[in-house]
Amino acid sequence: MSGVLLLEGRDLAVQYRLPGGWPRKPTFFTALQGVSFTLAEGESLAIVGESGSGKSTLARAVLRLLPLAAGQVLLRGEDLAILDRQELRARRRQLQMIFQDPLASLDPRMRIGEILAQPLRVFEPGLSRVARRERAAAMLQAVGLEALQLDRYPHQFSGGQAQRIGIARALLAGPSVLVCDEPVSALDVSIRTQVLELLAEQRARRKLALLFIAHDLAAVRFLCDRTLVLYRGQVMEQGPTTQLFAASRHPYTQALLAAALVADPRKARLARGQSRSLPAAADVDAVPGQGCAYLSRCPHALPRCAQDRPVLRQVGALAVACHRAEEFPLQPRGSVSSS
Amino acid sequence: MTDTVTPLLQIQDLSVRLPSQAGELLAVDAASLSLQRGRILGIAGESGSGKTQLLLALLGLSPQGARLSGSARLAGQELIGATESSLRRLRGNRIAMVFQDAMTALNPQLRIGLQLAEVLQWHRRCSRAEARERSLAMLEAVGIGEPVRRYAQYPHELSGGMRQRVVIAMALLCEPDLLLADEPTTALDVTVQAQILDLLLDLRDRTGMAILFVTHDLGVLAQIADDVVVMQSGQVVEQADALTLFASPRHAYTQRLLAAARRLEIPAQEAP
Repeated sequence: MSGVLLLEGRDLAVQYRLPGGWPRKPTFFTALQGVSFTLAEGESLAIVGESGSGKSTLARAVLRLLPLAAGQVLLRGEDLAILDRQELRARRRQLQMIFQDPLASLDPRMRIGEILAQPLRVFEPGLSRVARRERAAAMLQAVGLEALQLDRYPHQFSGGQAQRIGIARALLAGPSVLVCDEPVSALDVSIRTQVLELLAEQRARRKLALLFIAHDLAAVRFLCDRTLVLYRGQVMEQGPTTQLFAASRHPYTQALLAAALVADPRKARLARGQSRSLPAAADVDAVPGQGCAYLSRCPHALPRCAQDRPVLRQVGALAVACHRAEEFPLQPRGSVSSS
Repeated sequence: MTDTVTPLLQIQDLSVRLPSQAGELLAVDAASLSLQRGRILGIAGESGSGKTQLLLALLGLSPQGARLSGSARLAGQELIGATESSLRRLRGNRIAMVFQDAMTALNPQLRIGLQLAEVLQWHRRCSRAEARERSLAMLEAVGIGEPVRRYAQYPHELSGGMRQRVVIAMALLCEPDLLLADEPTTALDVTVQAQILDLLLDLRDRTGMAILFVTHDLGVLAQIADDVVVMQSGQVVEQADALTLFASPRHAYTQRLLAAARRLEIPAQEAP
């Protein structure tokens, strides 16, 4: 928690240009608006929200794969936006990414050995072929695969193995921040746990900071110190994962938590039909005006919520964008039953 | 349940062999299961365990070159080896299917309404006006607001959750006895997933149809299934009612799956 500040997003905004428009004025969709975050050395921050909430846009904006409409991304205090190509390339070494679809992120015509040699070739051009291969083999073992597999092609691996290769490739660059965009959502449940454990282990060993994009709250709880909840490109709530999960002060976070399923039919039957009353995000097409972004789905909305947009403010351990944050959680927690 | 009731669906020693480069692949290996009317049977297993191939075999939609053996009877009628014309009368009529990806299940070039009405015109010989009326009522029944507006829209104009509702509506138009659902909520947000599961439970209660629900997500199964079948590399390794299976899984593979799911789970008392 108390490490050196590594990565910082200040008031980030991203806009996508909508199709059509010409010759009239172009129209834009605001995918991200006023999002700020910090990430310290060795810390892991989760970005959660439904599809369309701007999670992946945030990840891409941080890596400068997308242009920012406003705001700054600072890596060790240095603004990434003003760097030229070459300088940016050098910084990218510190910022590596793991993708959602592991097989799609590996070139099908390259052997694993060549794929893993790429980051070394770029970032450590002095290394000999043999040395690169040795480093690649060692990394492959570190992520739980065998060095023998260097000569195979991506299609010869399962999804879980391919994701391990993706992780190995990212780690070979020697990053200080790993940006993971839904790294386990394409994997089977049993494999998912293993890959999350690998990430946790590598993070601890290398003091890596993680920016972990996910819609899977269980994975977030397993891996992340802090969580930031996005809705329609705006931060709804942010804070330590434990507090946020135990006593969220925002109705949207509460709805997300209520929708998470438990592998226990008795509890599931009790939960059936409970707190599921909220309409789905995209079923509400109303564009948020000056009011709260979550207004149209919120079961606790007041007239005031339609007029002025709640700003993010600190309430206890959490930063919450809700006028009624102090009143939540509404009911006292049920008594702790197990674990 | 009781032996006196004939099950709606009775699968006996069903095997599906698929051609592959390394010789024949046994995708489903002598699977047996039965399903009563009004029950929801969950099929759990990881990718490659044969869940989807089992469903496809019931509809006569196995990939080309597949060899099927064994038996699957829907209310006494044999499905394996049935002629294409008799399968055509069953599909979308007495057996309907909901796929994982609603976008690919719908024709992107046709309006929602046309795709719905077609089902009734084909199977029920409805007039266009009547088909429209019943389709609109069904859209409403699956929780789609403003059905008249949606009826005239194209699939890309709807959200993922709404598209899946449309696909479910389409599957239910002919009031099928059996609904096959292949990971219908996997591609959806958790909030939407919860709604779709509640919708399916509600529809089952109202219509008494049986559902065969395939998923790799044990959380989803706990929510929806009355009985559970666990598949591993083509074989049924465990079969029990949901309460028993989740409380005391017997097979080592089921135990592993459950342990993996529980490892990541959010304890119930944390959820508000």
